[in-house]
Amino acid sequence: MDELLKILQANALESRENIARMLNVSVTEVQQRITDYETRGVIRGYQAILNEDQLDQDKVTAVIEVKVTPQREGGFDTIAERISRFPEVRSAHLMSGTYDLLLFVEGRTLREVAGFVSERLSPLEGVLSTSTHFMLKTYKRFGVLMRQESPDERLTVTP
Amino acid sequence: MNDSPSLRNRLNEIVRDIPRSGIRDFFDIVSTMKDVISLGIGEPDFDTPWHVRESTVFALERGVTHYTSNLGYLELRNALSRYVRKTFGAEYNPEKEVLITVGVSEALDLALRALLNPGDEVLYHEPCYVSYRATILFAHGRPVEVETRAENGFRLTRAMLEAKVTPRTKVLMLNFPNNPTGAIMSRADLEDIAAFACERDLIVVTDEIYGELTYDTSHTSIVSLPGLRDRTIFLHGFSKAWAMTGFRLGYACGPAELIEAMMKIHQYTMLCASSLSQKAALEALARPESDIAEMVEEYRRRRNFVAAAFTEMGLDCHRPLGAFYAFPSVARWGLPAKEFALRLLREERVAVVPGTAFGACAEGFVRCAYATSMENLKEAMTRLRRFLGRFPKN
Repeated sequence: MDELLKILQANALESRENIARMLNVSVTEVQQRITDYETRGVIRGYQAILNEDQLDQDKVTAVIEVKVTPQREGGFDTIAERISRFPEVRSAHLMSGTYDLLLFVEGRTLREVAGFVSERLSPLEGVLSTSTHFMLKTYKRFGVLMRQESPDERLTVTP
Repeated sequence: MNDSPSLRNRLNEIVRDIPRSGIRDFFDIVSTMKDVISLGIGEPDFDTPWHVRESTVFALERGVTHYTSNLGYLELRNALSRYVRKTFGAEYNPEKEVLITVGVSEALDLALRALLNPGDEVLYHEPCYVSYRATILFAHGRPVEVETRAENGFRLTRAMLEAKVTPRTKVLMLNFPNNPTGAIMSRADLEDIAAFACERDLIVVTDEIYGELTYDTSHTSIVSLPGLRDRTIFLHGFSKAWAMTGFRLGYACGPAELIEAMMKIHQYTMLCASSLSQKAALEALARPESDIAEMVEEYRRRRNFVAAAFTEMGLDCHRPLGAFYAFPSVARWGLPAKEFALRLLREERVAVVPGTAFGACAEGFVRCAYATSMENLKEAMTRLRRFLGRFPKN
């Protein structure tokens, strides 16, 4: 992967000037390449990574395994995109194995998520069955540990 | 502790007369201060790769807590032999040409003690790692320093060695990529040195602890050059490339007679390296490429960042090509290196190490380690820029 993308993935707020220094290229080039990635849709957006367990909020996340029937035209894509359009669905993936789609669904309460599954997801044409698991605690997200890292244990000056 | 002159007089003279490391003195000052951003740390800020730590815990649970063979686990020596052949281009028989040690520091001490008779001369290049001179003296050798210079990228040349060699010269010590300068040697540079070592019939002791950490070109080891393997002791370890400093694990590869001699000292003084650390090293070697590649890429970005920041603030610095050190000249700011470092520490709370800790010839330079997070580097560069801004323009 392009090193520029790695830097942005690690810290999307990194200044263009610093990225230019790190990559040993000009600021203009950095800006151009970022714009290009944005235009092409490689970069889809920028978000903060939150430790949601620290927020005092009512929210539950469910991981839902869905078995579906692929459509005659469009295969899995048509049904997957239809499901993905619900705002409750935070992410959706086509999987190999015993089920087809893996969804991460958010709601304010367990009841709300259950309602989404029974009233919106399951009745969809092509959805054969669902299996819902509720998430209890998050340890790591997008490569970031949720617990504060322990302080640097190195001595301050070493040979 | 009793400081009475009578006890001092009873110390071994060599030990008594060797000063403490300049780094140690500086550490004592820095450790009393708060909120310091340290560019003085000669070890990776990365954690040891998790698979290595996890397998060390497993080894402890399984009871790997006993003595090992003096040379170290054969399984580890086998893996090292393969790794050294692939990465550094020299063949070693794991049965008798590889010795596992407590860090490269022990390996270096063993090599010099195994080789030197009192008064034998050792050529080594300065600026260099803080222990070289002392280790030669402890082994009753005579250290002969060869100065490398910034205008030459701190590389070593044959002419420099010719000027210092004598009939008593027995050993040539090398350390590239270099701590503290970040210098490396090209294959052509090393060929000149190799020819010199062969003509003068010298034993070469090469400390390649930073061998994996080069940023623009790949590293060449002197052991891979024709004729050198049989007169060279190759030293390496896990501290830098795998971020395993606290494991204290190094190794020496060399012709069987030399390894056997080193093993004798090791056997009677150290017995063996830590069994747990040896297991950890074995796991580290199981997937070296992926662990190291990521770290190298991150160091390269930091090197680029620091080099660019130095240029912008008018700090002269030869381009660091390896290890994780930049070695800028602060001479034009009109202060001795130590004074510069002390003022930078007091006024801006940034710790750098005065070049003089690495040899008298490094007056006017400071060592800045970029083995710290990008956040720290950014803040350190901001503070350094502010600090330099307080000096009158010159």
